Amino acid sequence: MIQLKGIHKSYQTEYNSLHVLKGIDIDIQEGDFVSIMGSSGSGKSTMLNILGILDKYDEGEYILDGNLIKNLSQKDEAYYRNHLLGFVFQSFNLLAFKTAKENVALPLYYQKVDRKVRQELALEYLDQVGLLEWADHYPNQMSGGQQQRVAIARSLISKPKVILADEPTGALDSKTSEDVMDIFKKVNAQGITVLLVTHEDEISKMTNRVIRLRDGIIESS
Amino acid sequence: MIDIDKWQEIFSSIRRHKLRTALTAFGVAWGIFMLVALLGMGRGLEKGLEYDFRDDAINSLWIRSGTTSLAYKGLKKGRRIQFDNSDYDLIKEQFPEIDAITGRFYISGSQTVSYKDKDMSFSTRGVHPGHQILENSIMLEGRYILDKDLDAVSKVAVIGRIVRDDLFGKEDAIGKEISIGGTIYKVVGVFRDTGSDDEMRNIFIPITTAQRIYSGKPEIHQLMVSGGTLGLREMQVLESKIHNTLARNKRIDPKDEKALRIFNLAEEYQKFTGLMGAIRWLIWLVGIFSILAGVIGISNIMLIIVKDRTKEIGIRKAIGATPGSIVRMIMQESIFITSLAGYIGLLLGIGLLFALSDVESDYFRNPGVDLRVVVTALFVLVLTGTLAGLIPAIQAARINPVEAIKSD
Repeated sequence: MIQLKGIHKSYQTEYNSLHVLKGIDIDIQEGDFVSIMGSSGSGKSTMLNILGILDKYDEGEYILDGNLIKNLSQKDEAYYRNHLLGFVFQSFNLLAFKTAKENVALPLYYQKVDRKVRQELALEYLDQVGLLEWADHYPNQMSGGQQQRVAIARSLISKPKVILADEPTGALDSKTSEDVMDIFKKVNAQGITVLLVTHEDEISKMTNRVIRLRDGIIESS
Repeated sequence: MIDIDKWQEIFSSIRRHKLRTALTAFGVAWGIFMLVALLGMGRGLEKGLEYDFRDDAINSLWIRSGTTSLAYKGLKKGRRIQFDNSDYDLIKEQFPEIDAITGRFYISGSQTVSYKDKDMSFSTRGVHPGHQILENSIMLEGRYILDKDLDAVSKVAVIGRIVRDDLFGKEDAIGKEISIGGTIYKVVGVFRDTGSDDEMRNIFIPITTAQRIYSGKPEIHQLMVSGGTLGLREMQVLESKIHNTLARNKRIDPKDEKALRIFNLAEEYQKFTGLMGAIRWLIWLVGIFSILAGVIGISNIMLIIVKDRTKEIGIRKAIGATPGSIVRMIMQESIFITSLAGYIGLLLGIGLLFALSDVESDYFRNPGVDLRVVVTALFVLVLTGTLAGLIPAIQAARINPVEAIKSD
């Protein structure tokens, strides 16, 4: 599903260049449940951004579901993000002025899915994360755990092959963290590949595979 | 289907940024309002000034005589100059290029004009047939004074529309006999005039008749010459030639400015059109700057909008929004706001001009505006405002989702 071959990435700052990823090779199979661990500065966020086609890499190859992700136009990038990937962020990143239902339905808007179908699917996915009654609430009326579940529902609605989660439990207490992880497990059980970045051992223990990054190289996987 | 969502996005964005939206809208509406008001006022000013010229043939010379202020060829100064038929004949003969010429004989005081039991007071003038062209008189019925009337010294009269209405009411005037100061005239024509109503309170009779009855001498009180299609330069040449001819005929020092005065209406009109051109230019300049201010306002606020929405745009991009869809989203909102606001400004401006439309003062009357110009201006405003907003919108589309999402 995901193949990284010799990925290098440097950031140019005004005075020097920061070599963040120094040759990453990973092969993740379809349906895997993987956590990426590492201290801050290890390059795990950069790697996730590259996997999410949110950032470009300098060297190597990234193949996602058989597609080489390199030198794509912004439009194609948007297409792959929209059709193959689902994102879950640490800070949820729901649009504050839209209800839970509207937030969940948004990716389908960019797939030009019929409005009515969108609404129905959004309710269906909210039901999956146990928030059907909260469909018409705005994010600021919900708890952090609820917001993250809405975000997960949003990442799932476009039926992605891979879910990328950046510290999805970072802003949650341990009880709600567990709830969220349960949802990820259920998602994974449906055959969707789940990749999450975390620095918590309890979280990584719940995944099937742990990739450890250190100073831009893979320490263990 | 998709349209509903776009409108929802637009309205939800407007709701979230009421103040910003209101400010943009106000800027645009004000710009258009100012432009409409300015153009309309300019038009009113133009019409007001133009009105003063409406009455008469624009390309004309008005020649008056006075008293000599210089001694000339043994003649003392202080001599009173009076034109007569010889001056009329001389100009007519020597200047074939002129379109029309007329003399005027003013009958002193106003005469009692009677028909049946009605006695009224109107002023009567003796004129040549060319007077019709000089005064822009339009015949409503019958005919004007003709050469044969002058030859025969006929007692015929051409009356203004108001004279007819007052004397005859609904009765037919042509062929009826009226008494002017005790002399009986036959009405042969009724005219209207493009000038003020006062022009239609006049009665014209053949100048020869006026001379015989009221003076006994072939005197002419004023001469008027129309240059037809002559240009301004030619009118100035004509003016000086006529001046010299008359001076010679009347034995006046050509440098004597008091004895002979020629008022060149063409020159005045030229000055007026020059002035109007300058005013129009100025109005456009101010209008363009007010539009420019509007455009700058729009693009300024568009920059803020994009900055405001950086995070939102980042999230949208992360979940699959294409750069094009981001640009469209921002543009549509700004086009909607600017068009609506511009339209409101347009209506307010037209409303103001409508309220002023009855004003008729000396230099200002019936302000109006060329709607096509304003709609074009509105279109230009919206287009340029949008184009100005396009740059920040494209920047928004280039936003790196990672950085945008991290930002607050």
